[in-house]
Amino acid sequence: MMFLINPNKFNQVADYLFKPALVSSIVLFFLGLLFSFYFSPNDYQQGSTVRIMYVHVPSAWLALLTYAIMTLYSIAALAFRIPFGFIINSAIAPIGAVFTLICIISGSLWGKPMWGTWWVWDARLTSVAILFVIYLIIIFMNLSFENRIVREKVVAIFVLVGSINLPIVKFSVDWWNTLHQTATISKLSKPSIDPSMMTPLIIMTIAFMMIGITIAILRIKTEIIIRKSNLS
Amino acid sequence: MSLRFQRLLLIILTLIIILSAVLLILYNTRENISYFYTPSEIIKSDITINKLVRIGGFVENDSFNKISSSSFNFRITDQKASILVSYNGILPDLFREGQGAVIEGSFDNNDVFNATNVFAKHDENYMPASIKESLKDTGYWNKKYK
Repeated sequence: MMFLINPNKFNQVADYLFKPALVSSIVLFFLGLLFSFYFSPNDYQQGSTVRIMYVHVPSAWLALLTYAIMTLYSIAALAFRIPFGFIINSAIAPIGAVFTLICIISGSLWGKPMWGTWWVWDARLTSVAILFVIYLIIIFMNLSFENRIVREKVVAIFVLVGSINLPIVKFSVDWWNTLHQTATISKLSKPSIDPSMMTPLIIMTIAFMMIGITIAILRIKTEIIIRKSNLS
Repeated sequence: MSLRFQRLLLIILTLIIILSAVLLILYNTRENISYFYTPSEIIKSDITINKLVRIGGFVENDSFNKISSSSFNFRITDQKASILVSYNGILPDLFREGQGAVIEGSFDNNDVFNATNVFAKHDENYMPASIKESLKDTGYWNKKYK
């Protein structure tokens, strides 16, 4: 598993992984869309608006997962002096930001017909908006600072401080009264979603993951090249 | 203890301290962070007339009255207390009796809650529409699913 912390090993593994990741993300995404639109039933209350969920939920999960990965790499980079962690931070922050934005936009498209409003400032929506702002700050921090050594450390520390928002996003619907519904799928209990609706959700989640991995490989490889050639 | 584990410990301790500080703040301001009050919380509180609040609960069964095409009366309940609401405007698609809803507005002099906004609240259950029909056909349809 050295390729997860060593840039040279990562490059080797990434070259093997890139094509399968690219192909599977395209195939799974179209399969997922097909399932979302044609091979899944209408919800008993929401009708066909439920199909927005197949984009909203995977992007929300991946927005959180991307940040969790950045947190682990920031700890590794700061505590164990693994510079690959800094590379990951600057490479995948924009991916997480885009997933968060997709989550927010699809969520408000769902909210208008279902709740009767595009946006409310309840705990879940606000904490996700904060997550998006944190991603933007990380991206802008990566673009600022003349000195790379200083910039990397500041970004990693900021990622760690921002990681406090993750449990707040996850548990906001349990801790406070929110307009947003509570989690449908959790480890402890049987999911309250029908298997016929679970299938497109799982396919779309894996498809979003593969899209994320594909873009991440490209961005991490670029970042490694930039650092090797001392461009920044 | 090696230097790297000292750094790891430092990072983790710092995170725990910041996290507990943030959680303490959030815990002590939870009344303001919560998006709505339940009807029993509202009745216990000393809320004044014309103060804007949000109440969340279920639309009581058999309480919905349509006065005109855009004027409605209904009661919102949490099974312990219920509040009479009057609303002029457009109701969201999911709004129906037995369904969760969040009402924004204020009380008037006669203890009627005048809503300015009505949001439908969706629960975490997803079920195909066809299953609802077959459950109804076989008599297994539970009224609380409504």
